[in-house]
Amino acid sequence: MAKNATRTQTSRAASTPAAKRPTPLNPDATSERLVPETNWTRRHLLDVDDFTSAEIELVLDTTDAMKEVLARDIPRVPALRGTTIVTLFYEASTRTRASFELAGKVLGADVINVAASSSSVQKGEALLDTVRTIQAIGADVCVLRHHASGAPYIAARESEFRVINAGDGQHAHPTQALLDAYTLRSELGDIRGRKIVIVGDIAHSRVARSNMWCLTSLGAEVVLCGPPTLMPVGLNGSTSDAEEHDLPPVRVEYDLDIAIEGADAVMALRLQRERQSSGLLPSLREYSRLYQVNGERLAKAKPGAPVLHPGPINEGVEISTEVAHGARSLVEEQVTNGVAVRMAVLYLLLRGEQP
Amino acid sequence: MSKLLIQGGRVLDPGTGIDKVADVLLVDGLVAGIGSDLSADGAEILDGSGLIVSPGFVDIHAHLRDPGQEYKETIATGTEAAARGGFTTVCCMPNTDPVIDTRATVEYVLRTADATGRVRVLPIGAVSKGREGHDLAELADLAEAGCIAFSDDGAPVADGALLRHAMEFASISGLTVIDHCEDAGIAAGGVMHEGWVSTRLGLQGQPAAAEETAVARDIAVAAETDLPLHLAHISTRAAVDLVRTAKQRGLPITAEVTPHHLTLTHEAVAFSQNGSNGNATLLYDTNAKVNPPLRTADDVAACVEALREGVIDAIATDHAPHADYEKACEFDEAVFGISGLETAFGLCMTLVRSGDLDLPTLIERLTAGPVRALGLERSVPGLGSLAEGLPAGQAGAPGDIVLIDPEAEWTVEPERFASKGRNTPLAGRTLMGKVVATVYGGEVVWAEEKVPA
Repeated sequence: MAKNATRTQTSRAASTPAAKRPTPLNPDATSERLVPETNWTRRHLLDVDDFTSAEIELVLDTTDAMKEVLARDIPRVPALRGTTIVTLFYEASTRTRASFELAGKVLGADVINVAASSSSVQKGEALLDTVRTIQAIGADVCVLRHHASGAPYIAARESEFRVINAGDGQHAHPTQALLDAYTLRSELGDIRGRKIVIVGDIAHSRVARSNMWCLTSLGAEVVLCGPPTLMPVGLNGSTSDAEEHDLPPVRVEYDLDIAIEGADAVMALRLQRERQSSGLLPSLREYSRLYQVNGERLAKAKPGAPVLHPGPINEGVEISTEVAHGARSLVEEQVTNGVAVRMAVLYLLLRGEQP
Repeated sequence: MSKLLIQGGRVLDPGTGIDKVADVLLVDGLVAGIGSDLSADGAEILDGSGLIVSPGFVDIHAHLRDPGQEYKETIATGTEAAARGGFTTVCCMPNTDPVIDTRATVEYVLRTADATGRVRVLPIGAVSKGREGHDLAELADLAEAGCIAFSDDGAPVADGALLRHAMEFASISGLTVIDHCEDAGIAAGGVMHEGWVSTRLGLQGQPAAAEETAVARDIAVAAETDLPLHLAHISTRAAVDLVRTAKQRGLPITAEVTPHHLTLTHEAVAFSQNGSNGNATLLYDTNAKVNPPLRTADDVAACVEALREGVIDAIATDHAPHADYEKACEFDEAVFGISGLETAFGLCMTLVRSGDLDLPTLIERLTAGPVRALGLERSVPGLGSLAEGLPAGQAGAPGDIVLIDPEAEWTVEPERFASKGRNTPLAGRTLMGKVVATVYGGEVVWAEEKVPA
C-alpha cells in the first residue's frame, strides 16, 4: 500500500524538499527533522475549524514528505522513537484506527490500541477516568474516537497528553478533512475557487462538518446537497449570516442535478441506514433516486471531476457501483493518503514546534 | 416575645406598593410595623442603611432532591442555598425518589423541612402516580397533606386528557397545575437548542417548536376548562406570544421564566462568556445544559420584555443541583440542570443594570408575582409582601425579609455554594447585586459577616 509512488509525483511534491532526506539508519535519527521549518503551535488537533489556510497547507506539505517516507524501500523512520501513542476508540473503525497505528509505527512510536468494547469502559469507567489512566501510563498522544460530539474537547481540557480527534459524534473528523484536502490538491492542484459538492447526510456527518471548514479555508466553493431532513439548521447559504453565526460560508442546494453542475469534485457521504427507521427518509430507494452519485449525474460535473467517499461505502445507495469503482473514484487514494496525513499530524504535534 | 428591628433601609415591597426609607419591625415572626418611630425596646437590631429591604423571595420551582437523591441535594442544603440567595420560600418539585405522589412523602418533606430546613418549604405534588403520565395521583389527599400545586415537572403531561382531568380534580382543592411544556416527539433527544450553535457543535438540537406546540395545547385545554394553569420555565418568543394572547383573552394562564433564560443564550454552550475567546476551543459546557435549553438572543429579549410587561408573572429558579460527576462527562451523557438558587438575584440584576428592568419590577417578579401565580396566599396569608394587617385578622405578613446591596460586586465561586450542586455556567463571573442578609420568620437565617446579626 505504501508503494504508490506515483501520487507523490504531483506538482506539490516537487516543491517540497523531498530530495535530501537523512537515511533512516542515521544514529542521531531521533532528532531527524522531516520538515525543516514549521510554525506549528497547536497542542491538540480537535478540529480544523480554526485553522488558517497556512496551517492547513503546512499539514499538506508535511504529508508530501511523509508520502516520500512511505515510498522508501523500508518505510520506517525513527522520528517519533520513544514516544507513546494510544488509540482509544469508542466506536468501530477500520481505516482510521489502522492508519493511525501504521502512521505511528512508521515514525517509530510505540502504539497501544484500546478499544472501548474490550476495556474498563465496559465496566462503566467514565471517560475522564479512562483519560487519567492513559495519562498515568505515560502516553504522549491519545487518538480518540467517540460517539459523543465534543468528547475530545473534554479529554483535552483534562489531560497532559496531546489529543487527536479521530471523529467525535456528529461534530468533527479533522484528519479525514485533511486527507480529503490532500487528495483533492493532489488531483486538482490548487483548490482555490474550485467547486466541491458534498452530497448526503450532512446533518449527522462529522466528515462534512470538518470538510466545510477545511475546504472553505482553502478557498474552495463548497456546495452542500442532501434532503432537507438531513441538512443541519443555520447553513442557509448566506455568507454574511454564516460569518455572524460562526459557520463556514457554504451554499445549500437540495437538488443534486443542479448542485453537481460544473463541479470540480464530488464527495459522497455514507448514509446510515437507521436514518430511515428514525423517519428522516421515506426509503433508501427514494434517497438513492434523488441523491445517489451515479454516472448520469456525474456527467453534469466538469469532465474528469473526481469522486471521493470517506467509507465505508453503501454501494447502490449513496453511490453507484460503477462510480465507486470507476476511473474517477479516489476512494483508494483517500485511504492511502490517510496514513501519510496522520503521520504528518503526529509528527507536527510531537516535533513540529520550533525549539 | 421576640423582636427584630431592621433600621434605615429602603423598604421596597411592590406587593403593597411601599417604596420608602423606613424601619421594619418584626414581632414573633410576623411583620408588626413599618415606619420611622418604631420602638426598638428589647429588639434585636439589623442595620439596613444603604440596603434594599424587601419581602423574602418566593421560588415556585426548585428541585431539592430529597428524598432519594441526597447525593445531589438535601432539604437542609437546598434551603441553606435558598437562604443565601434571598429565598425564604421554596416550592419543591416532586421528581424525587420516591416521587411526591402520596401523603406519606409529603409528610416526610414537611417534617424534614421543619427539622432541618432554613426556610419555608412548600411541596408540589405529582400530577400522576409515579410521574408516569398514566393515572392521576390522589390530588385531594396530597392537597390536604400540604401540597400547594401539582406538576410532573421534569416531564410534560403528555396526555392532554390527563392534563385536563388533573386541572379539574385540582380545582376541588383550589390548586393550580404546573406543566413543563415540551412535545417529546419534536424534542426527540435534543440536548441543546436547535440552531446554529447546535450545528456548529454537532449536537442534536431541540427545536423551539417542541415548547411552543406544548404551550399552545396547554392554553387550549385551559380555555376549555377555564381553570388555572401555570406554565413552567417559558423560554421562546413564540411561547411568550402565545401566553400574551391567552392573557389578553382573559384565560387563567400564568407563566414563569428562569434567571438563566433571561440572561444566557445557546452560545454559552460553545463559547466562553468572559469575552476573551481568542484561541480558546469550543466549550461543550455541560453546566450550560439545561431543559428547556438556553435559546437565542431574540428569545431572551422576548422573555425579558414579557417579564417586564407582566405577561410572565414570576421568576423561578428551576434550581436543579447535580453531583459533579454527572456533569464531568460527555455532553450527550450529562444530565440537564443548573444550580440556581444562589446566583438568581445577582444574575437578574444584570437586567436592572442594563436598563431592561427596573428594580421594583424585578422584586415584584420574585415576591408578589410568584405568590399570585400559584395562589400561595391561600396557604400562607401575606406571603411575598410586608403587609401589616391582613384581612384574616392575623397581625401581619410572615417576617420573611431579604436585605440587598444592589451595588455590591461578587464573583460566582461554585465551590463555596451551600448547595451540593456546583453545576453553574456562571463560575468565575462577576455579578453586581448581592443578598446581604435573609430573615425568615423573624430570625436571621443567613447574613454576611459584616452585618451584625
